[in-house]
Amino acid sequence: MAATGAGKTLAGFLPTICDLAETPAEGLHTLYISPLKALAVDVQRNLLTPIEEMGLPIRVEVRSGDTPSDRKARQRARPPQVLLTTPESLSLLLSYPDSFTMFAGVRNIVIDEIHAFARDKRGDLLGLSLARLQAIAPAMRRVGLSATVSDPDAYRHWLAPDADETLVDLVQGDPGAEPHLSILLPEDRIPWSGHSGRYAAKQVMKLIEQHKTSLVFCNTRGLAELIFQDLWRVNEQSLPIGVHHGSLALEARRKVEAAMADGRLRALVCTSSLDLGIDWGNVELVLQMGAPKGSSRLLQRIGRANHRLDEPSEGTIVPGNRFEYLEARAALDAVDAGELDPEIFRPGTLDTLAQHILACACAAPFEQGELLREIRSAAPYAGLSDEVYERVLQYIATGGYALRAYDKFRRLVEDSPGHWRITKPAVALQHRMNAGIIVDNPMMDVRFKNGRMLGRVEEGFASTLSVGDHIFFAGLSLEIERFKDSDIVVRASKHEARLVTYGGQRMSMTTHLADRVRAFLASSAEWHRFPDDVREWLEVQERRSRLPQPDELLVETFPFEGRHYMVMYSFEGWNAHQSLGMLITKRMEKAGLKPLGYVANDYAIAIYGLEPIDDPAPLLSPDILEGEFVEWVEQSMLLKRAFREVAVIGGLVERQHPGKRKTGKQVSFSTDLIYDVLRKYEPEHLLMKAAWEDARARMTELGRLARLVERAADQMVHVPADRVTPMAVPLMVVIGREALPGGGDAEDSLLIEAEALAQEAMRLD
Amino acid sequence: MVPLSFAGHNFLADPQGAMFWPAEKALLVADLHLEKASWFARVGQFLPPYDSQQTLAALTELVDRTAPERLYCLGDSFHDRFGCDRLPDAARAMLLALTGRLDWVWILGNHDPGFADHCGGRLVEEAHVRGLTLRHEADPRDPTPEISGHYHPKLRLQLRGKHVSRRCYVASEAKLILPAFGSLTGGLDAHHPEIRSKVGGQAAALVPVADRLLRFPIAA
Repeated sequence: MAATGAGKTLAGFLPTICDLAETPAEGLHTLYISPLKALAVDVQRNLLTPIEEMGLPIRVEVRSGDTPSDRKARQRARPPQVLLTTPESLSLLLSYPDSFTMFAGVRNIVIDEIHAFARDKRGDLLGLSLARLQAIAPAMRRVGLSATVSDPDAYRHWLAPDADETLVDLVQGDPGAEPHLSILLPEDRIPWSGHSGRYAAKQVMKLIEQHKTSLVFCNTRGLAELIFQDLWRVNEQSLPIGVHHGSLALEARRKVEAAMADGRLRALVCTSSLDLGIDWGNVELVLQMGAPKGSSRLLQRIGRANHRLDEPSEGTIVPGNRFEYLEARAALDAVDAGELDPEIFRPGTLDTLAQHILACACAAPFEQGELLREIRSAAPYAGLSDEVYERVLQYIATGGYALRAYDKFRRLVEDSPGHWRITKPAVALQHRMNAGIIVDNPMMDVRFKNGRMLGRVEEGFASTLSVGDHIFFAGLSLEIERFKDSDIVVRASKHEARLVTYGGQRMSMTTHLADRVRAFLASSAEWHRFPDDVREWLEVQERRSRLPQPDELLVETFPFEGRHYMVMYSFEGWNAHQSLGMLITKRMEKAGLKPLGYVANDYAIAIYGLEPIDDPAPLLSPDILEGEFVEWVEQSMLLKRAFREVAVIGGLVERQHPGKRKTGKQVSFSTDLIYDVLRKYEPEHLLMKAAWEDARARMTELGRLARLVERAADQMVHVPADRVTPMAVPLMVVIGREALPGGGDAEDSLLIEAEALAQEAMRLD
Repeated sequence: MVPLSFAGHNFLADPQGAMFWPAEKALLVADLHLEKASWFARVGQFLPPYDSQQTLAALTELVDRTAPERLYCLGDSFHDRFGCDRLPDAARAMLLALTGRLDWVWILGNHDPGFADHCGGRLVEEAHVRGLTLRHEADPRDPTPEISGHYHPKLRLQLRGKHVSRRCYVASEAKLILPAFGSLTGGLDAHHPEIRSKVGGQAAALVPVADRLLRFPIAA
């Protein structure tokens, strides 16, 4: 465990280099697993240099989804001594019968950036693959490399065979120089609202001018495009700056990465796609646009600056509004105190397990008990029960339905009790086509007329576009020329354009930062550290209403422009607040309070309607989490999205391959439909269980919601105010800009409205 | 159900895609695609084996509600010719109960060649009722008013940033296309050129909501 730039990757390889220098040998010796394809390429570059300089006969190769198939075949026939790969590619290799010979001599496995994926589904898959590899190569040594984490023992536990952390030695690197961190204050006032720090484009550009190379982190892909445009507009010296995010075309990303590596860019606007450590030693400054959301994330991002251990990294946060200023301050304090966000490990996921078991079955027939022992030696699955294991096997074999309708179409069959094999080679082919852990929303390619691909946008967003519209994408303003199959054909334009949006959950502020922000609010002794306008904001709030104590849930009610508002300062994050807003407005409808809508940010939620709310307590009574909440979650996108993911990873539906769709041969099923059917006829199905567990465990917001409601029972303090309060303003200014909440009736009214509009527009008289 | 008039006849349209014809005491549905899930199970995609049951439960509910004397299935009733053999017991019992209680007419569709054991009911290529032709796939050369299925039309709209996709009817002066009634059926955008070329000009997508029928013109 060591800070970014400490040289841990090379340290992980030293035993391999020594070994192979002393006793050169053919055959696979060391596996290097990285969460990012790009990282594997980068390591190859950095590893090849010392190997070549020493003149050692060591072959190092990369294998990922991007590797050409002829090279992949060659790698299996004649493996290099060192193979750099990803968890998905490793799992695929393990699905071939020759994996037993290919991996037999492996001495070392190095897992880089272990903190970045040990706790998610890719970590589950890798944990299972480690168990399998250890069975094939008992002498294999495991090495995990991690950035600084708050609980190293949890990662030792994860890495160890049979979860026995005493088998794992912890080597901690020198912490390195303390980072220099600051908050960028605007020339005038910190804005009341907004969350991107866009207002500061000029100041950010000035900082870019003053530093050799800067990284500008944004919290979403859309914001990265927008900030890039803002910076471009004020880039008076025409400095070379670029944009980088996960939806841009691979070639475009590689080009930008190469330009950064060569020091040809002065700034790169980017997203979490660059959170992990590609080594560009030359970055001088890291800027975080908008709130950092967590101290660990902030530290890792800041660590991208100055990849040398003995010199401090320089980082600057650009808060988007006053709450975000408090959050930025909280993050800096947390970094100063060496306090990192806690990491929550959860039991291994069942969809991933199903994928792994099928991979094992594709490689060779297996004995049920033996495979179970192997699976349980992976930490996430140590607690896997016989019963659930049996259900997973049945699920793979026939879909696992109570109806047993598919016995004649089995994928797995028992030759004798407990001895399983796949029924036909087609099962293995199908598995290899569909295996994988990352499930994207359906996407469309954005291309120029000449075919050059710029990147991808989600279908849902694409359906909002028409020919002639303009979007900001890949750092350009683009005009839509036409739609062709799954392509959006565009041409460059100079027009003002729309922001591309991507679905999915927003990143929420961690509870640990939330607690620090609450502590700021409660103790006015801290306020002297804040800029005048922030301090004044809090002081007036205290006079006019109240500042919540750390254990209080402040609820304000007030009238404003003919409507009645209720604002709750719950600090449980945007996602939890969205859910709660939906539940409370439903309750208000039943109570005749005529709600009109709600808006939320990470810090608070505002609900407004036509009737005054005299007593907020019943709206938040704990039983909301039983009936209404369960019902709502079952119908919500949250669970449907989780179901979509488990259905793809678990192999219930086939993965959409972007190129293949054009042939029209591939049928796609709406997983929403499948979900509705299962919910009605077999709610206890394995995948329903998996989807619920995902929703509960991974989307920690559900837990936060429960905490919030529990707190409400005895900690609510209601302040009826005569008019809008200072703390409510950041939310109030957002009202009217948000879309209506969803649901059947709401959707009907939208349709009715759309019809009326069309009629009005088409009327000829 | 909400009123829908077509070619001088009055119908009641249901949002799921069934249409009741009071003058004939007949119910019309298209594209049930029964046993679609088990068709995919052959190739290792184990979709929930409840699609037939769900479709037939919805149909039974409609029959209970509208008490028709006759029911027309406008083709692609089973997803493939062996679909009927694969019906799970519960679904088979539901279908037999339905075909036993009213005059059940299977109109043949492109998924139905060689379709033999049909759990009761009678098989026809197309039907002619009160000057209307009922067939599976719209025939642009035939000028008689016609009701068909086959295309699974859906209306897709983006409304205030919200994506809405609904089963819809597509109607022009002499053509009416029903949405698919089957529970596990996808859909084709009502604006698709394939549909537009079949129904001709002056067409509209019709969407039943609680108390009325919404009409969205489709540009020819």
